[in-house]
This record gives sequence, C-alpha cells and structure tokens, in this order.
Amino acid sequence: MEKFEILQSTAVPLPIENIDTDQIIPARFLKATSREGFGENLFRDWRFDNAGQPKADFVLNNGRYSGQILVAGKNFGCGSSREHAAWAIHDAGFKVVISSFFADIFKGNALNNGLLPLQVSDEVLARLFAQLEADPQTTLVVNLVNQELEVPVWEERIPFAIDAYKKECMINGYDDIDFLVNQKEAIEQYEKSRPWAY
Amino acid sequence: MAKTLLDKIWDAHVVKSIPGAGLDVFYIDKHLIHEVTSPQAFDEIEARGLPLFRKKQMVATADHNVPTKNQHLPIEEPLSRFQVDKLTQNCAKHNIELYGLGHQHQGIVHVIGPELGLTQPGMTIVCGDSHTSTHGAFGAIAFGIGTSQVAQVMASQTLLLSKPKSMRITVEGAVKPGVTAKDIILYVISKLGTGGATGYFVEYAGSAFRALSMEGRMTVCNMSIEMGARGGMIAPDQTTFDYLKGRPFAPQGERWEQAVAYWSTLFTEEGASFEKEYTFDAQDIAPMITFGTNPGMGMAIDAVIPTDVPVSEQASYSKSLKYMGFAPGESLLGKQIDYVFIGSCTNSRIEDLRQVAKYVQGKQKAPHVEAIIVPGSKLVEKQAMEEGIDKVLAAAGFELREPGCSACLAMNEDKIPAGAYCVSTSNRNFEGRQGPGSRTLLASPLVAAITAVEGKIVDITHYLN
Repeated sequence: MEKFEILQSTAVPLPIENIDTDQIIPARFLKATSREGFGENLFRDWRFDNAGQPKADFVLNNGRYSGQILVAGKNFGCGSSREHAAWAIHDAGFKVVISSFFADIFKGNALNNGLLPLQVSDEVLARLFAQLEADPQTTLVVNLVNQELEVPVWEERIPFAIDAYKKECMINGYDDIDFLVNQKEAIEQYEKSRPWAY
Repeated sequence: MAKTLLDKIWDAHVVKSIPGAGLDVFYIDKHLIHEVTSPQAFDEIEARGLPLFRKKQMVATADHNVPTKNQHLPIEEPLSRFQVDKLTQNCAKHNIELYGLGHQHQGIVHVIGPELGLTQPGMTIVCGDSHTSTHGAFGAIAFGIGTSQVAQVMASQTLLLSKPKSMRITVEGAVKPGVTAKDIILYVISKLGTGGATGYFVEYAGSAFRALSMEGRMTVCNMSIEMGARGGMIAPDQTTFDYLKGRPFAPQGERWEQAVAYWSTLFTEEGASFEKEYTFDAQDIAPMITFGTNPGMGMAIDAVIPTDVPVSEQASYSKSLKYMGFAPGESLLGKQIDYVFIGSCTNSRIEDLRQVAKYVQGKQKAPHVEAIIVPGSKLVEKQAMEEGIDKVLAAAGFELREPGCSACLAMNEDKIPAGAYCVSTSNRNFEGRQGPGSRTLLASPLVAAITAVEGKIVDITHYLN
C-alpha cells in the first residue's frame, strides 16, 4: 500500500448525498480480475452518455475542476461491498475523499487501499461546497500526521478523527494481512479451545 | 452485566484484543466466496507467498455473473466466462469446495448457505458481498467484506475489527393481510433512512419477527445493509432449529443435540442495553413500494410520494425523483409497469416462488409486462419443479430462468432497458442498478405478482382473497 502523510491539492466537488457504490462503479464493470483500470469507469453513467460521450454537466468533465481530493455529499459509498469502488476512485487519481458521513464497508475498503476517507461536519462540508463553487482553484491541505484539514484561504485548520491503528497503517503503507498472519500462534491456540466448532 | 445476542457471539470469537486500540483479532467460522470479489484476493495471497489458512471453512459458488439461460453451455460473454473460469481454477488449485455452474448445489451464495445448513446459529460468517447479513437470520454474526478483507480471511481466518455499536429494532403485533417480511423491512428502512443504521449491528426482536418463517427472517436480515447496518440478526428459536434439522451440513445425531443446547443460549438477556433502540407497531405497516433511488425511499403502496423533505436533502431528492420520472405528492397507483423481476438473495426462495405461483395460478400476466422469475438456487429450482410451480408460472406467462443474481445487479445480460419501470423483489433501487437508465421499484413477491398480472401499480389489498 502507498504511504500517505500530507497532500496539497485542488478538489473536485460532488454535492450529492447517498452516492452508492453502483454509481461509483456500475456492476457491469466488475468483470475484471485485477485491481487496475477501474478508474476509466469511475462514475461511468454520470460521466458518459449511452454513446460513451462525456456528459458536459458532470463535474469530472468540467475543465474548471481537477485535483486529488474528491468532496462528496453525506453517506458516501453506501450499498454494495465492492472494493472496486475504492480502487476506481484511487485509480482515477484521488487520494482523499471528504464527506460528512461514510458508509462502513466503503470506509474500510478505502483505508485498505491508501485512499483516505476524511470525515468533516455537515457544516464544514457545506462551506467546502460553497468555497469550491466560488473558486474551483481552492487548494486544500490534508495533513494525516496532525489529523488536520487545512483550508488556507479560510486560514483554518479543521481537525479530523481517524482510528489510531489505521492512521499508522496509512502513514507507513502497512496493511492488516501482515499483522494478522503474525498472530498465527494465538489463532491456532484459539481454534484448539473450541474443537467442536469445525 | 446482561449480554446481548451480539455480545455473546462476538465475545466467543475474539482471538485476542489489541490493548488500547479498540480492535479485536476476530475469528471467522465460515468464509463464502464468489467469482466477482475473490480473484484479486487469490492474487494477493499468491503474490505474498501465503498459503490459504483454513480452506475447509471456505465454500465457493458462481452466482453474480452467470447467465440465467442455457447454463449447460459455455458462457457466451467472454469477460464473464473468464471470471467464472478463474474461480474454478482458483478453487481447484487451492482445493476449495466449489458449487459452480452445473453443480446441484449452485446458486446465490446467500441462498445456498442456509439451505445447505452451512449457516448455523452462533457462527461468524463473511463473504465479499454486502448482503451477507442474510445469514444473521439464524442468530449468526454475518457481514459483507471488501476484497482486501477476503484476502485477510484467506490468510488468517481472522479480521481486525472494532466491535460495532448495537441497535435493537422491535416490531410487535400481527401484520395486516398482504404484508410480508419484505414489507416489514422496507417499512423499517423507510423510517431509519439509507444511512440510519451505519456503524451498528442490528438485532430484530418482537413478535412480528418471531412469527416469520426462516425465509422471511432471511429477507429481513438481508436488507439490513440498506440502512447502513453492518449486519442484522434474529435470535435462534424452534423455527430456526426445525429449519436446520436434516440439512446436508447441519450437525447430526448427538452433535445435533449438543448444538441445539448451545444455540438455545443465544439470546439477548433481560436488562441488556443497546446503544440505540427503535420500536414499531406491526399494524402500522402496509404493503410497501419504493419510489426513489435508494431503499430508504419507500412508502405504503397507496400513499403519495412525500413532499416534506429537509432542505439539506432536497437536491438529492429532486435528482432522484427526476431520474424515476415521478413528482412529489404523486400517487403511484395506476402507473404502468414494463418489467417484473422476482429473484435475488432477498426474495428467490421456495416460499417466494410458492407465493407468486399461488397468486398467478389461473391468471395471465398483462400482455405488455415482461415477467422474469430467477430461482435462488438449483435446489429451489428443483423443488419448484417437483411442486409444479414451473408449470403454473409458464401458464401465466412468466419466464422461469436458471439460478443466479441476474437482474438484481445486471452484471450478466439480464438488464432492464433505459427508462423502463421494473417492479423488483431485489434489494436496491439505485440509479442504473438493473441496467443503465433502468427504473426500479422495490416490493415484495406478492406485490410483484399482482403487478405483473395487472400491468400497473395497484393497491394490492383489494386483490387478496
């Protein structure tokens, strides 16, 4: 997994609530057996029409917006457990998703792929949308080490919460497999305590 | 301190707790896999040179991406064929039990687990699929995981988790005629909203859930994720034990007695507390239908589309209704429907098929409606044929397909065309879920059957015997 400490970038706003993983990556694009290439079909049906032409009114097709931070409405990533959603966002070049609420499975999947789900209050989210609408070039600084979202134009640093273990993993590029495989002895011991179960 | 059902099963599966981190190394009893979310996990394990830790606790099936016609022939669509073949190769290579196409046990992963008796009370069950919550109907901790976690379970039979918060949803009383398990859960989700249970594990309690069959309970627990819950569960009881007895993988003989004795201890103790509680009256629940693009946007079938939406949600609400071609304040009664889909891990079991057959016997589907029924498994299909349900459905103009996830997520060729309205017994009405531009209205199998015959949305309470 890629390491993550600090990111300074412009951002792409998507002020829609309850964006489900079927919108992020529709099921018909889940046929690949590798992790790569899903970015092409990120938000496929919002981004392209039936003929495969870009839809002008969708933000990813709007030349005024770019960057490695996606700012999205409340309850982002609800629905299917498909990790392909996190892969698609990451593959399309995003490193952070900011929202006021994340669905559980998506949040876990993002963290397992070096994509930071950064939760802010509804109020901060509304201000970010207004800011990005007024000035698409607004730069944000995400500092994972200090757990702060800095908005230089506001002269504000907004603290955010993250599980201490997951923070450590993201900063160092570790994942859970390494940790769990090292627990083998304890796991085998546990299994011996309930032989009837298998 | 009095324990909840969740506490009891959770605590029994903690291998060790990580001091200060709020995390547990959590043991997984059963790992179900399918073709879509497993290939990258196999690759990851192999790339790291790790063996599969407990392959006997894994079971695989092909369901998400399989055709529902001509399953005896090679899969035509090359990418789907490749993905299904990859599962077959991975299972052969690692010696994992596979119920692939052509196997008598093949079917939707959340249908076959319970019907084979693989799913049992007190277990922890995971699968790379959010509807794994289905198995909670047996009093198990069952939840969906991402592919990285699939790899973690393959490598260690554990996950690193923090214990979810607990919620109890109690529904008391008897339901009105025409109200099924699907209506109960659609009602609950409409009250809590699509993110209303995020971060929680739900226990369903009360006489309305107790009165349900196991299949009804599975429908309820299946949709827990649609309000954001990681999982849902119902304490096991005699209904559970009666369902499991004699199933192929259920304990036998003396072990059965021991198992039932243990399972009987799995309930929430008097005085145990939940972090959140909701209580509803079963009499308030009517046959339900959804009108929007998330499962929380549901209402009684004879109601009008709500107009009282909080300001912060108005933009998303308007976008959703525009997609559906509906307006606030509108009634759906009389709305013409193009497709009826009966299937998915929510409603494709034998009781669902029986209910549909019972209603459509001697009737005909409306000429303009395409009515498709996809059984949840080969065993359901077989049972339906033994009972003559296939003939009843065919006579009514319904098309009975072969098992798979089908038009619930439209990964295969079973898609609803753009703009078309589909009353579906599946679990999600997201934009494009059943095919690009498709418009899904979620409902029970009974509502779906009546809609297929009438060709439009009707107040089904006038159509019951």
